[in-house]
Amino acid sequence: MTNDEIRDFLQQSIDENRVMLFMKGTPNQPACGFSARTAAALNALGVQYAALDILPDPRIREELSALSGWPTIPQLFVDKELVGGSDIVIEMFEAGELAELLGVEQPEEFAAEPQPEPVKRPIGLENRLD
Amino acid sequence: MPTPTELQERIEAALPGAEVSVDDLTGGGDHFRAEIVSDRFQGLSRIQQHKLVYDVFGAEIGGPIHALSIKTSTPGATQ
Repeated sequence: MTNDEIRDFLQQSIDENRVMLFMKGTPNQPACGFSARTAAALNALGVQYAALDILPDPRIREELSALSGWPTIPQLFVDKELVGGSDIVIEMFEAGELAELLGVEQPEEFAAEPQPEPVKRPIGLENRLD
Repeated sequence: MPTPTELQERIEAALPGAEVSVDDLTGGGDHFRAEIVSDRFQGLSRIQQHKLVYDVFGAEIGGPIHALSIKTSTPGATQ
């Protein structure tokens, strides 16, 4: 795949999925604590979302950051707009703003989540740009 | 390897008057948490606030600074 094709694919993912999450790993097997917490917030709200693992090719992350202007992963898009990374998504979730944005009920049983677990650091899974 | 103090000083230099605290989350010198209180954030969306901080470090984010967790607020704001 060329870089242009990757960028087109990313743009198409954003355009075609109302709630689109770019993350490290998958919602079932997140490869990073920040991605895990972001997916967990969406799961707690019970919304349908599409998720793309950016790890398989470093160019996915390069093209995504070029397209969004946002340097880190995860990145959540809703209605084609960048909502933010994990800090913003978790803040909005805890304030009930994410539920409002997505048009769903805030789960009542929700209690503040613990801080992210220390990120596991097997060297092979790191996805550095340099 | 960047230190929390270095990150703190660079953010303070970019956002004069800001109250900044930076922690090294893992002790490894590449996963950081920054809390910043600045009146520069007034009227900006969360995305814009965080971008102001990311912009201090440019391409170092994702490189030497593997992860930078950010919490922004304005003076006097609760939460």
